Amino acid sequence: MTVEIDASPEFTSYAHPERLVSTDWLAEHLGEDGLVVVESDEDVLLYETGHIDGAVKVDWHTDLNDPLVRDYLDGAGFAKLLSRKGISRDSTVVIYGDKNNWWAAYALWVFSLFGHDDVRLLDGGRAKWEAEGRAYTTETSKPAPTDYPVVERDDHVLRAFKDDVLAHLGNPLVDVRSPEEYSGERTTAPAYPEEGTLRAGHIPSAQSVPWAKAVADNGTFKPLDQLNAIYRDGAGLKDGDQIVAYCRIGERSSHTWFVLTHLLGFKNVRNYDGSWTEWGSAVRVPIVKGAEPGAVPAK
Amino acid sequence: MVSDPELPEALATIRDDFLALEQHERLQLLLEFSQELPELPTQYADHPDLLERVEECQSPVFIFVDVDSEGDGGGIVHLHATAPKEAPTTRGFASILVQGLAGLTVQQVLDVPDDYPLTLGLTEAVSPLRIRGMSALLGRTKRQVREKTAA
Repeated sequence: MTVEIDASPEFTSYAHPERLVSTDWLAEHLGEDGLVVVESDEDVLLYETGHIDGAVKVDWHTDLNDPLVRDYLDGAGFAKLLSRKGISRDSTVVIYGDKNNWWAAYALWVFSLFGHDDVRLLDGGRAKWEAEGRAYTTETSKPAPTDYPVVERDDHVLRAFKDDVLAHLGNPLVDVRSPEEYSGERTTAPAYPEEGTLRAGHIPSAQSVPWAKAVADNGTFKPLDQLNAIYRDGAGLKDGDQIVAYCRIGERSSHTWFVLTHLLGFKNVRNYDGSWTEWGSAVRVPIVKGAEPGAVPAK
Repeated sequence: MVSDPELPEALATIRDDFLALEQHERLQLLLEFSQELPELPTQYADHPDLLERVEECQSPVFIFVDVDSEGDGGGIVHLHATAPKEAPTTRGFASILVQGLAGLTVQQVLDVPDDYPLTLGLTEAVSPLRIRGMSALLGRTKRQVREKTAA
């Protein structure tokens, strides 16, 4: 690791405290060699309205997704993007964003697919930085380009595809969408544009744990005991489990993936980024409606 | 420039302004629009119940349409919209429609092509998924106009 970790006591109980930094830590370390701050938001213009001094913007649609195929950018594209953003392979990257770091966690997950070693989240994200009255600038950062190596994405460890999920049935699944999406109440209403999913409900046996349950009122992650109560006691996850999390397109479930992997220390958690927009339109995959998880169908 | 005699002048000008710019400058123009979204008139600001939430937008945006008394081609449509400052893209979309539809009659608003948001050249800078939020705003505006002018 290039930049020292944040040893704040509120992080030490987590499985991987080195994955979080506090706003205090970031304010102290801004501008340090080896540190690159990345803002990643739902809103593509939020960075332009003001951002942490020196932060570069990475947008999930326009930077991380392939414009043609429903996939992420490839190794060459990632190398080009990170070089442009002034990130080296050994840089400490701290990502923050809006909406409880929802998109920041998504960016972190994509960085992890490429094996970028030291990538952390700013606990509390934009909202906490702002609530504390910390400074923003509207000056777009112009980092010196680096020479990030071309590293191919590894989709085997952290990412699940539809066929992987079918094979996975019988193992724990976490549906992190809203209760209405889970139960299948929410379909498209009259006069609404079709979002592209043909069926409503959830994957059989999936536990419903809306992603934002992991977040406290001030936008920071809840302490370990509360997270354990939600995911271990509530959703029944156990050490050693193979776990797949999903949502609509894999963004909210990246956030849950982060919680399960880096805060709770589960070792085999994959994010199914195809999520409901794929499953809910796929032919002949099993679906359960209603508030109960439902049984795994016989194969 | 795309020639389209049907498109009201303000909407055509906005479109041409966007298309004349490089991709990254288009984002900047959208940001300027977001800063120009007018505050709600007090009668709506005090009555959030009158506003309709547009669910398709990723960030909450509320709109309200009122229509002046009848004239040629129907009354004049007034679109009011509000979205939080944390949602500048959504504010920008709303602002484009507020400015582009200003002074138009019911018929002119209903005749605005549904794919207008796709013609602004923003799909690359903003992404097609996000542009859908603007299409939804336009669709909701037209629906409210229809409801308010139904005899």
